[in-house]
Amino acid sequence: MIAATSLAAFWRDFRRNRIAVAALGVVLAVLVLAVAAPLFAFQDPYDIAKLNLLDARRPPGHVSANGEIYHLGTDAQGRDIWSAILYGLRISLEIGLISGTIALVTGSTLGVAAAYLGGRVRTVVMRTVDLQLSFPPILLALVISAALGQGKWQLILALVIAQYAYFARTAHGTASAERSKDYVEAAASTPISPRGIVFRHILPNCFPPLIVVATVQVASAISLEATLSFLGLGLPPTEPSLGTLISNGFQYMLSGRYWISIYPGVALLILIVAINLVGDQIRDQLNPRLKR
Amino acid sequence: MLVMSAIVFIGVYAVGNPIDVLISPEADQKIRAEVIALYGLDQPLWHQYSTFLGRLVQGDFGTSFVFGVPVMDVIMTRVPATLELVVISLGTATLLGVPLGMYAGYNPDSAVARAIMGFSILGFSVPTFWIGVLLIYTFSVHLGVLPAGGRGETAYFLGAEWSFLTADGWRHLLLPALNISFFTLSIMIRLARAGTRELMLTDTIKMARAMGLSEMTILRHHVLKLISIPIVTVFGLELATTVAFAVVTETIFSWPGIGKLIIDSIALLDRPLIVAYLILVSFLFIMVNLTVDILYTLLDPRLRRSETGA
Amino acid sequence: MTHPVLSVSDLATHFFTDAGIARAVDGVSLTLDRGEVLGLVGESGSGKSVTGFSLLGLVDPPGRIVRGSIRLNGTELTDLSHGALRKLRGLRIAMIFQDPMMTLNPVLTIARQMTLALYAHGKVSKSAARDRCIEVLETVGIPAARDRIDDYPHQFSGGMRQRVAIAMALLHKPDVIVADEATTALDVSIQAQILTEIRRLVQETGTSFIWVSHDIATVSMVADRIAVMYGGRIVEEGPSRALLRDPRHPYTRGLLDALPSQAEPGSDLAQIDGVAPSLVNLPKGCVFAPRCPRRDGMCDAEPDLTTASRRAWRCHHPLEPRDPT
Repeated sequence: MIAATSLAAFWRDFRRNRIAVAALGVVLAVLVLAVAAPLFAFQDPYDIAKLNLLDARRPPGHVSANGEIYHLGTDAQGRDIWSAILYGLRISLEIGLISGTIALVTGSTLGVAAAYLGGRVRTVVMRTVDLQLSFPPILLALVISAALGQGKWQLILALVIAQYAYFARTAHGTASAERSKDYVEAAASTPISPRGIVFRHILPNCFPPLIVVATVQVASAISLEATLSFLGLGLPPTEPSLGTLISNGFQYMLSGRYWISIYPGVALLILIVAINLVGDQIRDQLNPRLKR
Repeated sequence: MLVMSAIVFIGVYAVGNPIDVLISPEADQKIRAEVIALYGLDQPLWHQYSTFLGRLVQGDFGTSFVFGVPVMDVIMTRVPATLELVVISLGTATLLGVPLGMYAGYNPDSAVARAIMGFSILGFSVPTFWIGVLLIYTFSVHLGVLPAGGRGETAYFLGAEWSFLTADGWRHLLLPALNISFFTLSIMIRLARAGTRELMLTDTIKMARAMGLSEMTILRHHVLKLISIPIVTVFGLELATTVAFAVVTETIFSWPGIGKLIIDSIALLDRPLIVAYLILVSFLFIMVNLTVDILYTLLDPRLRRSETGA
Repeated sequence: MTHPVLSVSDLATHFFTDAGIARAVDGVSLTLDRGEVLGLVGESGSGKSVTGFSLLGLVDPPGRIVRGSIRLNGTELTDLSHGALRKLRGLRIAMIFQDPMMTLNPVLTIARQMTLALYAHGKVSKSAARDRCIEVLETVGIPAARDRIDDYPHQFSGGMRQRVAIAMALLHKPDVIVADEATTALDVSIQAQILTEIRRLVQETGTSFIWVSHDIATVSMVADRIAVMYGGRIVEEGPSRALLRDPRHPYTRGLLDALPSQAEPGSDLAQIDGVAPSLVNLPKGCVFAPRCPRRDGMCDAEPDLTTASRRAWRCHHPLEPRDPT
C-alpha cells in the first residue's frame, strides 16, 4: 500500500533526528503516566478527605505519618506534588487533545467546505476566520473563559473557539490549491459525487499541513489552559491543573518554598517542549521546499 | 467594530449583575435603588446599549463602576506603562531575533545554530507566565538583584509618567519586558531561520553568487528584503499577542498597566471598563492589520498596481 | 589561434549522497577559444549543468570537484580559495540561468540588482554604476532602458527578462559566459531572437560562450562547436556543422534522429531505447552500451577517445563517415 510505504519512509527520516525521537519518547511516556496516573501516584489529589493538612508545605523528601515519602514536597493543602503533577498532566493532556481534536474537525470542515463551495459561503466564512485570526488566541480564550465561568467543558469550548480558525485557514488554503489542480477536474468528469471527490481526493492531500498545525495547536492549547488556570479562570481549584498548582505556589516562592511552583512548571515545560519538538520535525519533513 | 461592541456588551452583562459587587447585598434597598438609577442599570438592555453607543461617539466610555471616575481617565493613566512594556519587548525581540534567526538559517548545522534553535523552542513553548515565575525566582528570590514587582520611579514626559526615563525604572522594567519578549523573540528567530534556510537553496541566491556577490551582501540585500514580508506579518500579529500577554505578565509583576486593569475588572465585574478595554484593543488590532496591509504593498512590488511592461 | 580562453582537463564532480556516490561529471575535458560558442548537449542527468556549475565553483554540497583542472586565461580555478573564486565570478566568468523569474529577485529593482553586481567587484560611483547598467541594457536590446531600469522583474515580459539576465552577465565584460538552458523557458520565436542576439554579442565583444542545453536543435543555431555529453562524460565533440551532418557516436545519431523535424509526417518518432543511466550506478565499460544498437562484447571496456582532425569521439563502433574526410 502506498500509504504504508510512505509512512515507513517517513519514520525512517524521522528516526534520523535523535532529539525528535527522544521528544517523541517523552510524549509517549507522559501519555502513559497520565493515563495510568492512579497507578503511579500514591495519593489522589482530588480527594480532599485524604489530604493531611499537617503535611502542608513540606519540602521534598519529607516523610509523612503513613511512611510515604513526598518526593517533591507538598503544597498548601497537603497534596503530594508528585501525585498532583501526574493528575495535572492528565488534565492538561485531556484538555489539549480534546480541544485540539474538536478544533481540528470543525476548523477543517469549515475550511474545506468554504474552499469547495466557493462563492458567498466562502467569502463569509473566510472573512470571519481572518477577522478572528487577527486576535491573539490568549485574549479570545481569556474573554470567553471569563464569560463562561470555570469548568472543564467551558474551558474546552473557549479553547476550541480560540483555535479552530487556524485549522480553518490551513484547510482552506490547501483545499483551494488542490481544487484548482487538474486531477480534481478529471475526477469531476467521472461519476464520483462531489462528496466523494472531497473525501477521497482533496482531503487526503490536506492531511500533512493539518497534522503540523494540530501538533502546534495541541501544545498551544495546553499552554493556554495552564495560563488561564494560572489566572484563576479555567479549571476550578478542586481539580488543579498544572497552571493552578503553579499559581497556588507562586505566593510561597518568595519565602523560599519553591517546590510548589517550580516542579509543576518543569513538568509543564517538558510536556510542551516535547510536543513542539516532535511537531517541528514533522513540519520539516513535510516541507517540500527543503528537499534538495 | 459595531458587532464587536455589541457582542462585548451583551457578554459582559450576562456574566453577572454588577450591582451585587458594588454594594453588599445586605445594604439598604433604598441605596440599591439609587445606585441602580445612577448607573442606568434599571433600563432595558437595548436602551443601555444605545445610550452607550451615543456616549461612545462622543468619546465618553462611561464611568467605571469601581473607580467612580470616567473610564477613559482610568485607562489613560495606565496605558503608558503597558506601552513601554510592549514597545521595548517587541523592539528587542525583533532586532535581536531576526539576525539570530538569519545566522541559524545560514549555518543550520553549526553548534551555535542548534543552540539558538534550542533556545527558541523553549521560549516559544514555555507559557509566558511560567517564564515570569522563573525569572522572579532566579533574579529576585535567589539572586536578589532585581525587584519582583512594581514599577519603580517614573519621570514625567509629554503628559504621562514613564519609567524608562529613570534608572530605577529600568530595574523594574527589565524582568517584565524580558518576560514578554521571549515569545516574540523565539518566533522571530524561527521565522528568520526558516525563511533564510529556504532561500539559500533557491536559484535567486545561486545567481547572486554567480555574479560574485559576497555572502554578507547576499544576506543583507537579497535575503533580508525577501524575508521581511513574512516578518512584518508576524510583527503585526505579535503586537496584538504582546498586548494580550501583557495581561499575564502585568499580573505576575504587579505592573500597573492596562493588562492588570482588565484582570481586576473582570474579577470585579466593572462593566464599563471591560467594554472600553475590549473596544480599544479591537480598534488597535484592526489598525495594526491595516498598517500591515499597507506595509505589504510597500515591501512586495508585485502587489502594487502594475505598470505594464514592454 | 592563441592559447584557449578556457581549458578544462579531466574534470570530475561527484555527489556524496546517502544513496551512493553520484558521478555527475566523470572525466570531462574541453577547450574554448576566444569568441567561440561551444554547445554542451545532453539529456537530463547527463551532467551538462553540473559541468557548468563546476566551472563557476557553484557546486552545492554534498557535491564537490574531486579531480581535474580548470584553467581560465591562465588561472587555475581549482586551486583557488572560496574568496578568490568569488572575486572571479561575475568578473571573468559569468552565468545565465534558465528561468529569470526564479533567479531575479522579485522584490528588488533591476537597477538595484545590477548595481549590487557591479559593487561586488570594486568601487564605483553611484552614477557611474547606473550609467554602466543602462549601457549594458541597451546593448542587449531593452528599449527605453533609462526608464525601465527602475522597474521590477515582474514588469518585464519573459523574453525581456532573459535579456536582463544576459545584461547582468555582461556587466563586467567576462571572458566566458556559461548559459544553462537559457532559452528553454521561452517561446520559440523569442528563442530565435535571443539566439541571434547572442551571436551578435559574440561577434561584437569577443566573449566566449558555453551553451548548455538538452535541445540539440537550438544548440545548432548558436554554437560553433558541439560537445555531446552522456553519463557524465563527453561522448562526441566537433564543429557543429560537421557533427550534425555526420555524427560518429550512435548516441548523437539517436538524438538527431529523434528530432521531430527528422521524422516523416505521419510516422512514429524515432526513440532511443532505454533510459538515461543512474549516476550512482553507471554501467561498466561504455556508458551508452546498454542502449546502443551497435554494442557487442568489446563494449564492456571503456572506449578511449579517438581524435581525427578537429573531431573526437568515444566509441568502439563509431558510425561510418558519410563523406570520407
